[in-house]
Amino acid sequence: MLKNISRDKLIFFGGALLVFLVIQLAISLGLLNDFWNTILRIGAVMAIVSLGLNLIYGFNGQFSLGQWGFYAIGAYVAADITYRWYNDQSALALAIVLLGVLLVGAAIVYLRKLLSRVRGIDPLSAFTVYLAATLILGVVAFYLGRLIDPLLSGILMALPESIAMQLVYILAVIVAALFAAEISFLFGLPVLTLGSDYFGIATLGFTIIVKVLFDNSDTMLGFEEMKGARGMIGIPKLTTWFWVFLFLFLVLLITRNLLHSSYGRAIVSVREDEIAAKAMGVDVAEYKILTFVIGSLFAGLAGGLYAHINGFLHPSTFNFIKSFDPMIIIVLGGLGSMTGTLAGAFGWALLLEGVLRLVLPQGFETWRYVAYPLLLLLTMLVRPAGIFGTYEMPYLRQLLPPLRQKKITEQSVPPTTPGLQEASQ
Amino acid sequence: MSAQMTQPGNNGNGLILDIQGLTMQFGGLRAVNNFSLSLKPNDLQGLIGPNGAGKTTVFNMITGVYPPTAGNIAFIGQDITGLEPFEINHMGIARTFQNVRLFPNLTVLDNVRIAYHPHAGYSMNDGMMHNRHFHQKEAELTEKAQDFLAVFNLQDRQGTISKNLPYGEQRRLEIARALAAEPQLLLLDEPAAGMNPAESVALMDLIHFIRERFKLTILLIEHQMRVVMGICEHITVMDFGEVIARGNPQEIQANPKVIEAYLGPGAAALSEKFRRKRVQ
Repeated sequence: MLKNISRDKLIFFGGALLVFLVIQLAISLGLLNDFWNTILRIGAVMAIVSLGLNLIYGFNGQFSLGQWGFYAIGAYVAADITYRWYNDQSALALAIVLLGVLLVGAAIVYLRKLLSRVRGIDPLSAFTVYLAATLILGVVAFYLGRLIDPLLSGILMALPESIAMQLVYILAVIVAALFAAEISFLFGLPVLTLGSDYFGIATLGFTIIVKVLFDNSDTMLGFEEMKGARGMIGIPKLTTWFWVFLFLFLVLLITRNLLHSSYGRAIVSVREDEIAAKAMGVDVAEYKILTFVIGSLFAGLAGGLYAHINGFLHPSTFNFIKSFDPMIIIVLGGLGSMTGTLAGAFGWALLLEGVLRLVLPQGFETWRYVAYPLLLLLTMLVRPAGIFGTYEMPYLRQLLPPLRQKKITEQSVPPTTPGLQEASQ
Repeated sequence: MSAQMTQPGNNGNGLILDIQGLTMQFGGLRAVNNFSLSLKPNDLQGLIGPNGAGKTTVFNMITGVYPPTAGNIAFIGQDITGLEPFEINHMGIARTFQNVRLFPNLTVLDNVRIAYHPHAGYSMNDGMMHNRHFHQKEAELTEKAQDFLAVFNLQDRQGTISKNLPYGEQRRLEIARALAAEPQLLLLDEPAAGMNPAESVALMDLIHFIRERFKLTILLIEHQMRVVMGICEHITVMDFGEVIARGNPQEIQANPKVIEAYLGPGAAALSEKFRRKRVQ
């Protein structure tokens, strides 16, 4: 048994390393051109969003179209932080967002503990408390950030330039992910009380709101450098294959570990039967919000990575029509299958974005959008559960524990028990 | 776990479940009116009544699915009125459902392991990291679940997707899952629904067995009179949301109000006539 597990683990980790090395070598040796390099990185980024969405929709059963909004938030937050450091040598944005995210995160964790002791608090009252705390701490972070900015800048300035840049980049991506997660917590608290279809509509609305906000980011939000609907330029191109691979691997590992734990079973039980889950002692509301926040964290992370691939962000990338891309990926790959999501994301990037773009004649690239629904239709007809169904590759698959020796039989149920006769026949 | 209010009056009266004046109003419909019931430790009581009498609504109020409009429910001296279903489960009340509600796409083992979730013993961080503490606790939990399945003779089925089980085994698994949380009070909602006479007899054996084995107090709703009259020591009869009779099976069978509720007005007189004839 133990040997079996370690073999699966060895194959999985070894395989991952091999994939990483082969592609890294191909990039380093110049065998992969820029186009395919970008497609691969975008595939990995999409895999991260889709893993998050699969957690929410495939495993927890909540139909969310809001992941694209969190992706957009992650992208713009991370881009703004690195932009300011790259162009103005200012760590102010990093200081403020870092402080804000940490303060609000701590406040949410603390308030959750506090509010769980209050009996029968309704979601909207709880939401008001969280929102007030977030707004107050946001203002605090805004002013306190100015105080720690010189310190942070000093430390970063003392480091060699390229290392400082990488450090800012990684911090920006992580902080942007946390930022998106906290927004998703505030948004999800009232909205997750809605039934599944209504939740889908509400999250769709969220994606549209976020897109409109970034359309007017220079006027309404007051970020000059985001340039609103003209698109943000001048973001350093720092997302390499190494970073996307590392983050994808971590996200996959964390998702897999979570799903193979008691918490994962609680998450899946909500999808299977909410009423039964409640009756079995699973706090359904808690697990819905938890899954939503984790999924949005992944979306924010992916957004942060995406922002640094092309060095260019445009609000139309975050249009709600595009929010169906991760949905297509997980439905094609198989709802509730991490393997399917990975295959779906890379298949989507390589075939639909890569090959089709090359194969289709000049000026007909947008005909890709005819291929998507056709492919979706075909899959639904031929394999309704998605290409992989619920199949998982060895290390991601949950193994059954070996049967235990039967205990003293007099303790077990009488032989006339319903179902026993059928079983013995 | 939220703080519980204790009712001084109920403490020490030795009752497992004490329901007083329970009322449920759905808009203009009073589904349950002034319902009261008490269960002593190790009781096996039945709750019967024609369709729509409000039996399942009573169950749903006890388990927190609906907060009652009025009245209160005390469980071992603690007021549980209006708690969330999962909190009530944590306190030690488990239930099964009228139409089997397993987690259909999960294995038999996972169905039972979910019931152990509140006692998992490791944090979500441990779960994400799969550290040593996680592996140790998870192994303990799995062993416990497997031993538990063995008690119900389901250990060979641990890897079966639960929706693929035969109906009788699904019922058995649902009862097993409810008991895995180690409750003190078990609520069974029509456990014999859809069973043939032989299976019903077997079910009665099972209920007796779990009551002895797990030192349970059981309240059950049932339509099959064979089962109710065969195992319940005390029966409460409901009709149109009201309690119309209480007593042991013999008393209930002879009660004209119960016969009227089930068979309509006039039936009681008729049955009385037949009984006299038989006696003569």
